Amino acid sequence: MTTRPVRLTVNGREYTGQVEPRKLLTDFLRDDLGLTGTHVGCEQGVCGACTISLNGELVRSCLLFAVQANGAELKTVEGIAPSATELHPLQEKFWQLHGLQCGFCTPGILLTAEALLKEIPNPSETEIREWLSGNLCRCTGYQNIVAAIQEAAKAMNNAKS
Amino acid sequence: MKPAKFDYYDPTTLDEALSLLAQFGDRARPLAGGQSLVPLMNFRLIRPAHLIDLNGVAGLSYLKIDDGALRLGATTRQRELERSADVAKRWPLLRDAAGFIGHVQIRNRGTIGGSLAHAFPSAELPVAMVSLDASLTLRSKTNQRTARAEEFFLSYMTTMLQPDELLTEISVPALPAQSGWSYHEVSRRHGDFALAGAASLIALDANGAIQHARLTLTGATPIRSQDTEEFLLGERPSETLFRDAARRATENLEQDSDIHASAEYRREVCAVLARRALMRAAQRSAEQMKGTTQ
Repeated sequence: MTTRPVRLTVNGREYTGQVEPRKLLTDFLRDDLGLTGTHVGCEQGVCGACTISLNGELVRSCLLFAVQANGAELKTVEGIAPSATELHPLQEKFWQLHGLQCGFCTPGILLTAEALLKEIPNPSETEIREWLSGNLCRCTGYQNIVAAIQEAAKAMNNAKS
Repeated sequence: MKPAKFDYYDPTTLDEALSLLAQFGDRARPLAGGQSLVPLMNFRLIRPAHLIDLNGVAGLSYLKIDDGALRLGATTRQRELERSADVAKRWPLLRDAAGFIGHVQIRNRGTIGGSLAHAFPSAELPVAMVSLDASLTLRSKTNQRTARAEEFFLSYMTTMLQPDELLTEISVPALPAQSGWSYHEVSRRHGDFALAGAASLIALDANGAIQHARLTLTGATPIRSQDTEEFLLGERPSETLFRDAARRATENLEQDSDIHASAEYRREVCAVLARRALMRAAQRSAEQMKGTTQ
């Protein structure tokens, strides 16, 4: 079995590993690095549970091989809170407004919402729903997710001004 | 749901990539964005022995304007079509078509060349590129040739590309002055594969008559309706005209039935979308004439 070395940064911390080329980035994050916040849903790019940020771009980690992330900077759900004792405003609002039930889709949705608010600080409901179209949730009906994102946007914009 | 074993190569130059393809032929697959290839590999519907990753190949990802034409490197991400101010201003059909591809997470990674080479029926970029009279550069280790988008797509997921060839560049000519555009599609959910789609370009002359028309519909490969385009030339836009044109374009339109929709349904929807796309494109051309469009 031929393996290749991988060196990458996740949430500001450097990791190295040795992988078979066919190992998916999702599996590398979860099984090799122990970062199990990134979830595995459909493994065909449809559900969005494995959404992460790769060099600042939102991607499906199940559609990338770990070798392709060599040298990259990743952000996963473990990296969005500012510290071990504080929540990100999005996490805060998801908690307050019941933006989740079973929580399986939540890591991917938080990453998507974070990228959305970075690109569009004041998104309309339509824009929020369009961005969320790439993340499936089977519990909530999306209503509270949309509300939580709207409230988080307000909180973040108020904090800025 | 995990891919079968393969040997992985990450060439950094186009020559290196083309040499690898020449060496392995159809036992190799080039990997661009991987948004279609990797799901197929995860399902083990395909098991390439050699995977040639193009993401590190220098000089394959660019979006630039050269002599009035838009030149796109094959591994340019689809998202760039949405982000480029030049594309929005001069080839808005491409921006709108790209917006229908999957979701933002997919477009961040999926490439323009990958979508064309994959040639999935109902995919947006092939339909848009045919409407825009794009030309494609195909390269192998020993040869380079150019194909018009219209002749590039042969059948379901089948193109002119030989196993040792790569699509390296897409060139889109400038549109006629005051061109209006429109891309319409119907899918079950936002971002799903389209059940039917239609792209249209219309340019009116100073008297308000149609002087340039393009209508392309989805099918096994993009279906350009040249007969309909000729029918429209010299006519003045009207609801009736476009209704007739849409009927003409779809009455013998080849469509397939599958679990998602029957051929009859697809033909019917294509007719509605064709009419709407032509209407909207003509309106936009008229707005451009008045200088009121954004």
